[in-house]
Amino acid sequence: MTAVLQLVGVTQQYGEGELSVSALSGVDLAVERGELVAIMGASGSGKSTLLSIAGGLQKPTTGEVIVEGTYLSTASPSELAALRRRSLGFVFQDFNLIPTLTALENVTLPLELDGFRARAASRAGRDALASVGLADRFDSYPDDLSGGQQQRVAIARAVVGGRRLILADEPTGALDSVTGEAVMKMLRSRVDQGAAGILVTHEARHAAWADRIVFLRDGRIVDQSTRDGADSLLSGIR
Amino acid sequence: MSVRQSLLAILDQGPCYGYQLRAEFDRRTGSTWPLNVGQIYNTLDRLERDGLVEKGDVDEQGHVYWRITDAGSAEVRAWLSSPVERSQGTRDELAIKLAVAATLPGVDVGEVIQTQRLASLRQLQELNRAKYAGANPDGPEELAWSLVVDSMIFATEAEVRWLDHTEQRLASHPQHAMALELSTEKPKRGRPSKSDAASADAADRAQEVTA
Repeated sequence: MTAVLQLVGVTQQYGEGELSVSALSGVDLAVERGELVAIMGASGSGKSTLLSIAGGLQKPTTGEVIVEGTYLSTASPSELAALRRRSLGFVFQDFNLIPTLTALENVTLPLELDGFRARAASRAGRDALASVGLADRFDSYPDDLSGGQQQRVAIARAVVGGRRLILADEPTGALDSVTGEAVMKMLRSRVDQGAAGILVTHEARHAAWADRIVFLRDGRIVDQSTRDGADSLLSGIR
Repeated sequence: MSVRQSLLAILDQGPCYGYQLRAEFDRRTGSTWPLNVGQIYNTLDRLERDGLVEKGDVDEQGHVYWRITDAGSAEVRAWLSSPVERSQGTRDELAIKLAVAATLPGVDVGEVIQTQRLASLRQLQELNRAKYAGANPDGPEELAWSLVVDSMIFATEAEVRWLDHTEQRLASHPQHAMALELSTEKPKRGRPSKSDAASADAADRAQEVTA
């Protein structure tokens, strides 16, 4: 199986010489289709830097990022922009919806920027919103939606048009625990349907939705947890 | 204790025979703490001794229906309206392990913490997976089960948060731990006398007042 996302020897340094600080040091990471990987670590461990680099928002000092076979280091700015529109979906803690656009318009905007005809974009947008349980809120503006609904719109926007890599930065950070769990369930289900995802979170409860939990400390991957071999607390119950 | 009170609360809904009571308890707790019939009958015997239940009708299959007394109903109301008291004396194995490990020269407490954190996260993954795979979460029995799973999820998460906190506290400590060599001073025999403890308390209070 080929990885949707690969990070190879990724290093990020800020500043130069003696004052330079390594945010990431030699990070290798591969995420496959159907796989959700959670990144955990204390503040300043490099979690958000890793996500920015994986999404092509930031170029690493050294190392290579490969998204669906495209080497980001050699891609032109327009190729990078196209990749972000077609392959990548971002989900942020504070939703980042455009307040003057309806839910549907927020979801279809990246498709229209990518040259989809309005009707095809609208159809894809409606499908994406329906898949996150918002078939009845196409025309609502973000202000008229609850936090959980806004985050679902953001997830629909992240997956619309067959995007296969979802990058989520503390997507439940602004939500209550029940709504946060519903959002995680949705993210999990989108990944199960064939996307790949990276989830940055400091909450163990949400990280546990991932197939793999990667720990960062001082910019290095220090450990990984998989779901295999778990000591079952529930054996014999179900 | 909660088994006794739970069975009583179920009987407050109407008379049940022993096996039926077991089934009712199971479906209200997601079968998370299965009881054997022996435990049920032992509990019923004790409840009867305490005047909280009594034997009632017997059906044609010979099932003895137990019914709650007024005193039993009062006990149910008292149980539901009072908080669960957790005993202070229970030793927390992990807290003791980390506290001791942090005093041992040459022991990497960070490793001890990470080993535990990985195990706790695996448990969380397992719990989430079980919950995610569950059937219609709005059915009453599924809801009962998922409430119990939630309590395990939040308890495990709390442990991970405490581990994170401990790791950060140790990291910010000047020596990253407080390694203690074996003391050369011989400990005094016996328990510390109560009067010593009381006078130390009094001294502390006096200091707080003057501070």
